[in-house]
Amino acid sequence: MTDLTDIPTTLIPPEESKGRSLFQLAVIRFRRNRAAMSGIVMLTLITIFSFFGPYVISHSYDQVFPSYVTVPPSLEPLPKAETLGDVMKGVADRARVELRDFAVEDDSFTATIHSDQPIDPRSTRYFDRANEFDNTQVTATEEDGRTLKLTGEVHREYFPFGTDANGRDMLARIMLGGQISLAVGFLASLVSLAVGVTYGAISGYIGGRIDNVMMRLVEILYSLPFVFLVVVLVVFFGRSFILIFLVIGAVEWLDMARIVRGQTLALKRREFIGAAQALGLTDWQIIRRHIIPNTIGPVIVFVTVVVPKVILLESFLSFLGLGVQAPLTSWGALISEGANKMQSAPWLLIFPAIFFVVTLFSLNFIGDGLRDALDPKDR
Amino acid sequence: MTADSMGTNENVLSVRGLKVDFTTPDGDVNAVKGIDLDVKPGETLAVVGESGSGKSQTMMGIMGLLANNGRVAGSARYRGKELVGLPVKGLNEVRGSKITMIFQEPMTSLDPLYTIGRQIAEPLVHHKGMTFKQAKVRVLELLKLVGIPEPERRMNSYPHEMSGGQRQRVMIAMALANEPDLLIADEPTTALDVTIQAQILDLLRSLQQRFGMAVVLITHDLGIVKHFADRVVVMRRGEVVEKGSIKEIFEQPKEDYTKMLLAAEPSGIKEPPADTAPIILEGRNVSVDFAIGGGFFFGSNTSFRAVDGVSVRLKKGQTIGIVGESGSGKSTLGRALLRLLPSSGHYHFADKNISNFDRSAMRPLRKELQLVFQDPYGSLSPRQTVGEIITEGLLIHEPQLSRADRDKRAIAALKEVGLDPAARNRYPHEFSGGQRQRIAIARAVILKPKVVILDEPTSALDRSVQGQVIELLRDLQAKHGLSYIFISHDLAVIKAMSDYVIVMKNGKIVEEGPTEEIFDSPHQAYTKTLMAAAFDLE
Repeated sequence: MTDLTDIPTTLIPPEESKGRSLFQLAVIRFRRNRAAMSGIVMLTLITIFSFFGPYVISHSYDQVFPSYVTVPPSLEPLPKAETLGDVMKGVADRARVELRDFAVEDDSFTATIHSDQPIDPRSTRYFDRANEFDNTQVTATEEDGRTLKLTGEVHREYFPFGTDANGRDMLARIMLGGQISLAVGFLASLVSLAVGVTYGAISGYIGGRIDNVMMRLVEILYSLPFVFLVVVLVVFFGRSFILIFLVIGAVEWLDMARIVRGQTLALKRREFIGAAQALGLTDWQIIRRHIIPNTIGPVIVFVTVVVPKVILLESFLSFLGLGVQAPLTSWGALISEGANKMQSAPWLLIFPAIFFVVTLFSLNFIGDGLRDALDPKDR
Repeated sequence: MTADSMGTNENVLSVRGLKVDFTTPDGDVNAVKGIDLDVKPGETLAVVGESGSGKSQTMMGIMGLLANNGRVAGSARYRGKELVGLPVKGLNEVRGSKITMIFQEPMTSLDPLYTIGRQIAEPLVHHKGMTFKQAKVRVLELLKLVGIPEPERRMNSYPHEMSGGQRQRVMIAMALANEPDLLIADEPTTALDVTIQAQILDLLRSLQQRFGMAVVLITHDLGIVKHFADRVVVMRRGEVVEKGSIKEIFEQPKEDYTKMLLAAEPSGIKEPPADTAPIILEGRNVSVDFAIGGGFFFGSNTSFRAVDGVSVRLKKGQTIGIVGESGSGKSTLGRALLRLLPSSGHYHFADKNISNFDRSAMRPLRKELQLVFQDPYGSLSPRQTVGEIITEGLLIHEPQLSRADRDKRAIAALKEVGLDPAARNRYPHEFSGGQRQRIAIARAVILKPKVVILDEPTSALDRSVQGQVIELLRDLQAKHGLSYIFISHDLAVIKAMSDYVIVMKNGKIVEEGPTEEIFDSPHQAYTKTLMAAAFDLE
């Protein structure tokens, strides 16, 4: 008899006083999934890139470089050494002086200008006016002021992702787009999560006529055309960032509510809910303490599907011109702009698209991994 | 080698050194650790063991039906043909045709999308190359054979239209379709009521005699084994403890474990409380109706009466056993007495009329009236630690307690039910069935209730664990003066636990009286059949 009772206890190592919860077991399973883990790594990298990148680069997303409109991506600094000479010549022509000598060394230049008349030293401001040059100073005056030796700093810009048609740095714009797309994705998913889980759990748990009414309401909202709803709201409230994720969240919670309600209906029949009722818990306590924590598996999985869906929806809105307002942008808006100039400037499409696709892939891999990790059949 | 192959030819199935391992995140689990078995033609071999002994996994391993993380090694020969390591195609020539299986759950082992006629025809079509039309004649024959009434009509029924016993008959018909040499029956009657259980076993025996096939019966129920098998193999923790003929095992068991299994039958009797004991819970004329169907606008138009005018009086310190087959309304009655269901009738608890109490009025009384469920796997929330589960009631009923006080109470309650207090930081899935049932009992007794309704608390447990839980419940009753209502379909447990018995059928009381009277001299025909079915086997 005693022999039998000790079987289960020996299975549990006595030194391990904390048990492993189902969640911890799921984490262990998740860690072993390579695709999902690389998804997590990629998503983290993209998030860091979007949110901390702007502090590293020197250009801001709304800074316009009139000299560099629609510049193709390149790892070399711009302007290039040979073109700098042409730029300098142009500047000299505007200052009505003759350029005799020009050399660039690292971040500074030296130039010799000559004119038939003595040159006013103030004409150096012509050089400063060009984007490329700054702090131009006269180092020597020769031939009674008819020849000046100038030095100054050269501004060379890096545009690894090129610039758009307004001369804005694509790298900075993709970072900003990432911030907005990811923020909309996660915030709208959170909105839909909070509303959907609460609504679905209440509807499913209380059941009966209240469930009927609540679910019919969901179906009515389902039948409203999404774009129409957005257009109406945008017309009334103007375009704003908050409105976008409220609108998207307001549409996405419907799915969540249905999923949670289904889960709740199944959970309601489980004996631990009966036990909670027998303990005298109120309906709300049961929903909060027993129903919602037990729906968490499918809900987490669904959220990972909703996030990319929301990002896509936002892109779709931006594509229609109903999304965020310039100079703010999102990946969707960038892709839409890029698509218009696909042939003349393909980099406007390629770079935001790469980030977008990689993010969606990562999220889907994470979702797959979570589904496998949380699958109750695996327990 | 020649001697060996000759030996295997005599046997239908010959298993040598069979191992089954499962790869899990916590390392390999050796479910079966190298066992030897022989099944001779026409005999019934019973494989007996408690849950986790590897008895089912042995057969699953031989049939190539293991879960994805399972591996099988060793040798299993069907008439000399090696089955272990055979590719699926080769295995399919044997399984489903020469070796067939029936499973425990008749509710889930049939596909709800197909008629039973089609499902029985399936193996015929696959293995014998018949068309569904040709198979029809054979299907009719099989349905007649397994004793399904009106087979012509039943052929076109879907599984949900049949009762559990009938579904199990259908499963047997499917298994017999190709006239197998060997039928593996994995707990074929565990999910069935006692009277049905006896019918199914009789059917299996008569079919076995007719076809001369061998049967491997996997079960934990020694009553069935004694009645039904020729030889017994006792398994424990993946090893064979003892094997021998029925006579040897039941009359001269050699191993302690076998002796323990044989002695695990619940025993003892409960003394009735003094006549002067006050009535603590009373339900008069209790009726419960369930609405069936009904739409949004019209409400429900039909209802089903699950409990029909039943009266129960529970005295302090008394245990009332409620017996009945599934669908008799015994669980519903238990919940109605706790006012957990909308029901009609008069209810009194400790001289208080609670007939008109609504949910919030009942809430303070919940502390005194507790409930323990059947399924130790379903009755504990998987997302809470054991400590959270058992102290939840304190949070509601004694909110003044501090966290440390609650923890103290949890430790005391766990000790009381015989568990290590360290268990409170663990999660339910880390415990065995018996331990979980102890946790569920701890959750009820921590509130110091007066009445506990036990809804089949031992039905999902192994016999030896059952004995321990019964012992625990008795101790708690003696210590705290608890009153129990003990709901069960298992007459042996009822006999050991209760001093008063109510027999229910179709929502009505068939017979009631003191335990001895009901068990020794039942008056009603239904009670007599129930007793015969339950105790004839033992």
